[in-house]
Order: sequence, then C-alpha cells, then structure tokens
Amino acid sequence: MAAPRTEEEFREHVQAGGLVETADWMPDDYRAKLTKFIEMHGNSELMGVLPEREWILRAPTLQRKLALTAKVQDEVGHAQLIYRVVEDLGKPRERCLEDLVSGKTKFHNVFHYPTKTWGDVGVIAWLIDAAAIISQKALLKCSYAPYARIMKKICWEESFHILHGRDVVLAMVTGTDEQRGLVQEAIDRWWGPLMTFHGNQTPFDEDPMIEWRIKSQANEDARQRFLDGYVPQIWELGLTVPDPELGKDEETGVWQYSEPDWDELRHVVTGNGPRTAERLELRRISREETAWVRDVVLAEAA
Amino acid sequence: MSAQAPSRTDLLLAIADDELVLGWRNSEWTGIAPFLEEDVAFSSIAQGEIGHARAFYELAATELGTTADALAFDRRPDEYRCAPLVELRFVPDWARTIARHYLYETADAIRIAGVKESEWDELAGLAAKVEREEVYHLMHAQMWADRLAASTDGRRHFDEAVTELWPYALGLLEGEERERLAETVGREPVDAVERGAHTDELVPLWDEMTMVRRSAPGAEW
Amino acid sequence: MIYEVFRQEREGQPLQHGGSLEAPNAAFAEAYAREFYGRRNESTTLWIIPRDAVAEVEEPYVADVFDRDYRRVDGYSIKVKLKEARERAGALAD
Repeated sequence: MAAPRTEEEFREHVQAGGLVETADWMPDDYRAKLTKFIEMHGNSELMGVLPEREWILRAPTLQRKLALTAKVQDEVGHAQLIYRVVEDLGKPRERCLEDLVSGKTKFHNVFHYPTKTWGDVGVIAWLIDAAAIISQKALLKCSYAPYARIMKKICWEESFHILHGRDVVLAMVTGTDEQRGLVQEAIDRWWGPLMTFHGNQTPFDEDPMIEWRIKSQANEDARQRFLDGYVPQIWELGLTVPDPELGKDEETGVWQYSEPDWDELRHVVTGNGPRTAERLELRRISREETAWVRDVVLAEAA
Repeated sequence: MSAQAPSRTDLLLAIADDELVLGWRNSEWTGIAPFLEEDVAFSSIAQGEIGHARAFYELAATELGTTADALAFDRRPDEYRCAPLVELRFVPDWARTIARHYLYETADAIRIAGVKESEWDELAGLAAKVEREEVYHLMHAQMWADRLAASTDGRRHFDEAVTELWPYALGLLEGEERERLAETVGREPVDAVERGAHTDELVPLWDEMTMVRRSAPGAEW
Repeated sequence: MIYEVFRQEREGQPLQHGGSLEAPNAAFAEAYAREFYGRRNESTTLWIIPRDAVAEVEEPYVADVFDRDYRRVDGYSIKVKLKEARERAGALAD
C-alpha cells in the first residue's frame, strides 16, 4: 500500500484504522492537533503528581508511604514517556515545560484542586485514576502508533493505582466514623470535577480529535463507562454521590445526571483553579532551582 | 539512660531511623527532581530506604513486642536515634542532596559490612539482604559524584556541599569505621556532629509525617 | 543524549523496543533503563542503544520490479503437480 501523500489520503488512511509512525508524512493540522493533545496529557501527568505529592510526607503507615510514593513515581514516569513522544514530534521537553509554567498550555481540570485530607488520597487514586484509565485505554487505538504503544505501559501501571486507592478507601470505610467521614467528604468534593473530567458532550462526529482518530471514544461514552463501572462500587460501600439526579435508566442503560458545571471547567482549565497558581509556581521554582543541574549534567558531549 | 550501654535494639533502631528519615527526606524530591528520568530513579532510592527501615523495624519489633509502624510513627521525636545528617531538609538544593546521598551510601556500605558480621543471626542475615539493594544506591551516588566532578561548575557545587556535610557524615559511624569513611572519600577526619542531639529540622518533619496517624490514634489506615 | 531501550519480557522472547529516555551517558542510561523498564521486574533483558547509533533503512523492502515469485509461497503450485504425481504413481502400481 502506498503511503498517504495528501491530506485526503491521510484522512482516509487513519479513518480506516491505518497507523502513523514518527517519520511518516503527516498533514500539518494532524501534527499540530496531535502534539497539542499529547502535550496536554504529559502536562496533566506532571501536574497530577503535585496534589498527591503533598501527602507523601504524611502517609500514615510504611506500606501506604511506599505505595503512594510509587504511585507518584509512576505518574512522573508517564510524563517522561509522553513528553518523549512530544519531543519526537518536534517540540523539545524544555519548551513544553516552559509553556506549562507560563500558562500557555493546559493541564487536566482535576489537578487544579486542593487535596485536603488523606481521604482525598484514596479517592484520587481510586476514582480519578479510574476515570483516567477509561480515557487512556481508548487511546490504545490512537492512529499515532508511538503514543498508542506507550499507553500500554501506562494503563498497566494505572491499574496498580486503582488497587492502591481502593485499598486506602476500604481501610477508611471500615475504620472509625471520622475516617469514613473523610472518604465521604472527599467524594463530595471530587464529584463535580469527576463529572467534567471527560469533557463536554461534543457529539462524536464533531470532535476534531476523532476526525483524525487521535481519539476514538466520545467524551460522553467515557463518562457513561465511568459511571457504569464505579457508581455501583461507591454505593456498595454505603457511600453516597452528591447528585440527586444520578441514576441509571434501566431501559436505555444510560446514566442520567445533573448538568455538570461546564463554566467551572472552563474557568479552571484556563488557569483559574483554586490551586493552579500555587502549583505552577512550585513547578517554576523547582525548575529554576535545578536548572544548573540540567546545564551541567545533560549538556551534550560533556 | 545515657549511663547504660546501648542494647542491641538501640543499635538496630539507629540504623532503622537513619534509613527512615533519609527515605522521608529523599521522597520530598519525588515529583520535583531536576529531570524526569532522575525523578523516577531517585524516588526508587527513597522507597528502597523506607523498605530497609521497615525490615529493620520489623526485626526490632519482634524483640520489643511492638510493630514496625509503631516504631516508625508512634515515638516522640526525642526518642528517634537517627543521626543529624539525615534530618536536614535540602529541597530544592540538589547539590547538597547528592552530597548527602554520596556520603550516606558510602558510610552505610561500611556500616552494613560490619553488621553482616553481627552475632545476632537475624540481623546479620537482614544486613546481607539490604546490602544487595544498597549496591544500587551506592552505584547511583557514585555515578552522580563522577558526573558532577566532570565539569567545573558541577565539581564546585558538589565539593562545597560535601565539605559542609562532612562532619555530619562522620556522625553516622562509630570508632574506626570513621577512619574507613575518611579513607574512602579521601578527606581528613574532623570533629563529628554526633548522633544523640537532634537538629531543629526533626520536629517539623515528625509533625508532618505523623499528622494523619495522630488524627485517629490506634486506627487502621 | 537520547537512548533507545529494548526489552525482553520473558526468556526466549525477542527483544522489543520499549521506549526511549534522556541520559547524560551510558551509566545513567543503564540506571534509568532499569528504573523505567525493570522496577516491577517486567523485563528479563534490557538493551540500551544511543539513538545516534540507530540507522533506519529507508526502504525496508526490495522493489518487486521483476517477478520474484520463487521467493513466495504463491510461486509454487504444489497441489496440482502433487495430484498428477499421485495419479501417475497409482497408474504404475496397477
């Protein structure tokens, strides 16, 4: 089969399930959208370490300390894998990081919020990671093969995080009333961000990421999958979800829910979340303080 | 208490506390290390240290009739036996972090070699196991020391930090092991910052590391 | 410097490309490869190769200008000939 040479041929190629490798010709629009999408994913992994990192020092047992450190370490590793893909698409890691700390590029909404208690640590690892794995599993089918390939490793590692999160939550819901209360409070606080996690209800055929088969799962499908998989698990523990409208329509099998706060989503991802400034500042400072190390150590042919 | 000779669990707790507190300090770098590859590597080192601390605490716990977690978290700050070197908070200063890593791992190799000869069989066996992993820590430390020394700027950062921390490093060891350390790193012995008194940095660290646990005493987490 | 990492998941399997990483030199690359592709014991062998040392073969096939069916399965019509050979053998035996 001849390699696609025009935008039209390329579109047909990817829509028919064809794959793209780094050195292949690709339309500028594809490269631009792909780079932006993957870069935001890398940013999210990197910024996603910060809310949990705060609790590495506070983990209440040695086992939890090890598991949480390992989880955050995995996220850093994912950022590395993803930024490597972006670098091979032509944007150096240093520039990605500069654009991130200057607010030029975005990161996922959930990482703009504070982590207030150890309950958040459990709920993040359990539910946020579950929501993330649903998006990431769908990316295994991404038309850009180098990205799809690393997703295998990422999904495999995320599965440990869900286990860790569920275990933290189970220990707390079977503990004291206060511990159980911390889990419920965390779910109450994270529910809003979780409902906007997979993005707005853009119809499948209007999503530009789907046209190029960068994504192959519609936002709403991902959200439905999440609700279907995890709401019963939450209820099973005697915990509640702070949405009186939430329920599954038994006939259609579709989950109904109150309209998520899309304004808040827009507000948060454009850099106005409750912890956005503080976390970007931490990134900026730690990059600045360690710049000499990169200069000395990573200098070519030193 | 100071009049008594240290018991075998005292010696064991000193090692365990060193590993615990250093592991805690090194874990502060997880997520903000100088570059991503190193972030992952250094986090494993922190986890390795906590893992070793846990193994040493478990052994001590069987003697003392308690648990590893209770030893790690439920003592008062003045009951910890760690050396001042491991208490110091260095983020975001990578030079001192690597200097401490290098000095600690070099000293620890000397210490563990000694502990392997212990007449307490369980401890000797544990030391041999720990040594198998510490080899990687030492390799990592040496690799960094070499790399920093390979450039003028890096060497300056590293040497300054090692000089500053040298008296603290000697405080990790006792007696002739100090001379062995001095020989290995090529420095003259000086007055050590001794184990026993704690730096001002231990209490804030203890406050944070026991915060969740203290919030519900006796609870399972 | 960028290093390419190849990993073998289980003994007997081929080494496959695992990913790439940035490292100051081979010693660092080795340590980082171990961390990235071995911290859960998921690899039995790891190779690291500086990316510069990898050359991509531009056209990884030999252009089929003239018929080279003797290199392919469809170049051999065994079935028909085998049938004929068997028939002859049968005739001889009669």
